[in-house]
Amino acid sequence: MADTTIIHSPAEFVPEDEHHGVAHHTSTGLSNNKLAMWLFLGSECLLFGGLISTYMLYRGRTEGGPTPEEIFDIPFTSVSSFVLLMSSLTMVLAVANAKRGDIRRTRLWLVTTALLGATFVGGQVYEFTAFYREGLGFTTSLFGSSFYTLTGFHGMHVTVGIIMLLSLTFITQRGRITGDRAEVVEIVGLYWHFVDIVWIVIFTLVYLIPA
Amino acid sequence: MTTAVEHEATPAPGDEHTHGAHTTHSDAFYVKIALVLAALTALEVSTYYVDFGSLFLPVLFALMVIKFFMVVWFFMHLRDDAKLFGRLFWAGLFLAIAVYVGALATFQFFLK
Repeated sequence: MADTTIIHSPAEFVPEDEHHGVAHHTSTGLSNNKLAMWLFLGSECLLFGGLISTYMLYRGRTEGGPTPEEIFDIPFTSVSSFVLLMSSLTMVLAVANAKRGDIRRTRLWLVTTALLGATFVGGQVYEFTAFYREGLGFTTSLFGSSFYTLTGFHGMHVTVGIIMLLSLTFITQRGRITGDRAEVVEIVGLYWHFVDIVWIVIFTLVYLIPA
Repeated sequence: MTTAVEHEATPAPGDEHTHGAHTTHSDAFYVKIALVLAALTALEVSTYYVDFGSLFLPVLFALMVIKFFMVVWFFMHLRDDAKLFGRLFWAGLFLAIAVYVGALATFQFFLK
């Protein structure tokens, strides 16, 4: 009778089948970490909902300062939006490869996602600088305050996401993640996709719909 | 006799696996979704250059909602994942919509 030995490459994740076949030992049978992330994302909807509705209310209050139509550069912001949207693709590819146990491609897609995110944040810094030079400071008007608060909060979320992605890449390289490693990538992915869907809403409501 | 079986790093293209309630799609599937999202974004941006008349706001809102749900459904896997995750997320989202639409209505935002 032939014995079958399964050999994993030492540098690879354990594929998902070997972890997810076993139910989580929690009262719900689900991963508590993932549950916590979804709960957190639900609460984040309230945070961004407040910021978006405040902007919607005050976007016409320019107090003699620049108006949204005067300063927004739609072609530039469209490219930034496209970059962030494509980072969601690279993130989901990182998650898919982590589930298959391909750590090399997982790291590649994680770093690509972080680079695309950094490009988006760089674009936002450029945009803020250009707006400031055109006379829109944080305290210039209610429009300026609500705009910078909303987009600044979103930019901070993207920055936190980039730190999480790079930390994850570093930690996986050092082999310091224990337990269900694919799930860690998936949880970071959920956060990343969330900042993307928030931007989908911001891009339409803030940039494309005129005051 | 011992036979060594090595796991392939990547399944064949088009493979689709189900792990409990969670489905993992092929890379090509995700690329197709991203292409649709890119096309929808291009259509959104076109509303800035092309006059859609009275359809301007409905088209923009429809595109925004479609893109939002596509990312949540396919990239965040909420369509295939455990229902409890979805309930937590939708509860937060719809509570936010209800609270802030109500708040905007008190400021007569929709009458302006």
